Amino acid sequence: MMLLATVGPEAYLGLSAVLFAIGVGGLLLRRNPIVMFMCIELMLNAANLAFITFAHELDDIGGQVSVFFVLVVAAAEVVVGLGILVAIIRRRPDATADDLALLKG
Amino acid sequence: METAVFAVGALIVLLGAIGVVATRSTIYAAMSLVATLFGMAILFLTLEAEFLAAVQVIVYAGAVVVLFLFVIMLLGVDRLENLRTDPLVGQRWLGLGAAIIVGAGLLFALLKGTITGAKSSTAKPTGRSRDVFDISKVLFTDYLFAFEITSLLLVIGVVGAVALARHRRSSGSDLIDDDEPVVTFETEDDATMGDSEEPVEELT
Repeated sequence: MMLLATVGPEAYLGLSAVLFAIGVGGLLLRRNPIVMFMCIELMLNAANLAFITFAHELDDIGGQVSVFFVLVVAAAEVVVGLGILVAIIRRRPDATADDLALLKG
Repeated sequence: METAVFAVGALIVLLGAIGVVATRSTIYAAMSLVATLFGMAILFLTLEAEFLAAVQVIVYAGAVVVLFLFVIMLLGVDRLENLRTDPLVGQRWLGLGAAIIVGAGLLFALLKGTITGAKSSTAKPTGRSRDVFDISKVLFTDYLFAFEITSLLLVIGVVGAVALARHRRSSGSDLIDDDEPVVTFETEDDATMGDSEEPVEELT
């Protein structure tokens, strides 16, 4: 509580919003699939920061528990996503996100 | 003092995030991601979430980024990306505009809104550094079912990653067109191959 009295939750939430926007921009602009994954991680971290800010502000430990679950799901997501990437890049070593248009009609 | 800590943490987070998006090398992007995650751990500390700060460093910086680097170096995709060419015409500007709209919308909601919600009655922080105690108390009572489901999710993730990334050397790979990204799974004849093996005839 003492800490937020000096900085305020708005600063944390603003940082979270900016970080989320950077993640969105990277996901839309970059074509390297691995970098796109990292941008998804940035967005998840922005959401985590907002969760913890609200948990601190509202004295509710539930926000921190939510962050715990987000961490677990993000770890599982990275494992499966990188597995898919390995399978794709092994077939086509220079594949970018734009090349994966096999399902296009 | 606290303001200084927040400023340093926010600076590290933002510089790392810009580094992830803007560097051409994939390795540098992964390193910038580490910086972002460390800065985030600093901010978690100032928000009195000590347990999650430790978990952030261990899980993200210790496991997830190492996994990223493993894949980058294993596959040799750490060459520079050509940022000049633009295969989808106008994608740059549309993407940049969309990102700015998202950020502006979030900041607008932040400036216009107020933080509502009653103070929680489920678990108040019970004093200094009881963070782990509080989290575990809630996690193993109210959220016990969700906690168990995450174990199932992790098992599915591990099995799926092994099935996806396994290198298959057996025949059949030349039936597949080299041009298409095919994921092969273990088929039935592999599994039954052991059973249908001819018994070795004994020579007497």
